[in-house]
Amino acid sequence: MMTIVLKQDPAMSASVANKTGTQVKPTPTELAASTTPLVEGLLRLGDSALVLSQRLSAWCGHGPAIEEDMALTNVALDLLGQSRMWLTLAGSVEGAGRDEDALAYLRDANQFRNVLLTELPDEDYARTIVRQFFFDVWHYFLLERLTLSTNPDISAIAAKSLKEVTYHVRRASDMIVRLGDGTAESHQRMQDAVDALWPYTGELFVDDAIDLVWEKEGWGPKVSSLQSAWSEHVGQVMAEATLTLPAAEAAMHAAFRGGRTGRHTEHLGFLLAEMQFLQRAYPGASW
Amino acid sequence: MIDAQQVMGWLQKVADPEIPVLSIVDLGIVREVSWDQDTCVVTITPTYSGCPAMFEITQAIEQCLSEHQIKSVRIATRLSPAWTTDWMTEQGHVALKGYGIAPPVQRAVDISGISRRPAMPPVPCPQCGSNATRLISDFGSTSCKALYRCSACREPFDYFKTH
Repeated sequence: MMTIVLKQDPAMSASVANKTGTQVKPTPTELAASTTPLVEGLLRLGDSALVLSQRLSAWCGHGPAIEEDMALTNVALDLLGQSRMWLTLAGSVEGAGRDEDALAYLRDANQFRNVLLTELPDEDYARTIVRQFFFDVWHYFLLERLTLSTNPDISAIAAKSLKEVTYHVRRASDMIVRLGDGTAESHQRMQDAVDALWPYTGELFVDDAIDLVWEKEGWGPKVSSLQSAWSEHVGQVMAEATLTLPAAEAAMHAAFRGGRTGRHTEHLGFLLAEMQFLQRAYPGASW
Repeated sequence: MIDAQQVMGWLQKVADPEIPVLSIVDLGIVREVSWDQDTCVVTITPTYSGCPAMFEITQAIEQCLSEHQIKSVRIATRLSPAWTTDWMTEQGHVALKGYGIAPPVQRAVDISGISRRPAMPPVPCPQCGSNATRLISDFGSTSCKALYRCSACREPFDYFKTH
């Protein structure tokens, strides 16, 4: 049994490797403990995109109209691509040999850092659309600020993603108006979805220690700084859609946040069970 | 050492797997060809971050260069500046139209505003040329295309959207 030392002497680790013939690999728990604010923040970006992409992918072949089916799966594909870039960067910064696949397929729910909103199930199509709208508007303003990052890898990924997300947010806004200001039934279902998902929007704007480090280093904004722009756009679209926004206090309850630190709803476990099944059942399988 | 321009000329024959009339050079994917000693380095940029064609494009480049007796090839990916339809060549525009896909009518997508639908010039129908066309969905059969309908000839068509 070897003692794990924080700063390994390269000469020493080389000699250990030579004697035993294999490199000592840290366990997943040790890796999780060793992640830095930079890696944590990158996982947050990658995981939110990945989990929402997985949710949207489930609509493939089941959309209520072919245009909807294609739009949702296109958005899912964009988010998957963005997630791959973030997770690849997270793995490379972490330097523990985990690539995008290891991060996506071999972490458990409490190691995921996505916002809770992205993992909520598609109980009604209205919820799918409202979830997308709340997320897209936030994602747009977040990426816009990340393009100014002092870290060139972050700004490059953000600039690329922002172009795609601009299309996402415009479509989501259109759908809110079309269904909100639609028939009596579509209006009611949209209002129910807004009321149900609203509590989860608070998490999008609550800073923690990671956010403060990101702001200090110039890697990205504090999430609290995105709230006024988000509220303004969401408010305008909701008004046009004849939908009523719940009171701001309704989004303040701590029980509806925690995803960014690994405290999730029960829904994420089921999502991961499906997403990760193949790699868990057949480790290392590829084609 | 083979001239980089010569290599670029060969890559002009490599087609995009989803839109075979369009070469990857005309699409603006190939950013640079250079040499690192005996290795030919082809720098490419992804179109859309989730575009599944990128893997096939990488393989097609390697195959094309190996057919021209270049033994060592490295494909480098460059994210910044992000790919834009502004890099599509005039030849690319013509090829798209001939294939029945309307080419981009604007410069790069306007990311500066979250407004729902910025003013946009008409997209002429690639079949009959009419400007009486209508957007059905910003999301089409592939990441790069939007779905339109022509009110004159009543045919639907793909539009290669500005990006």
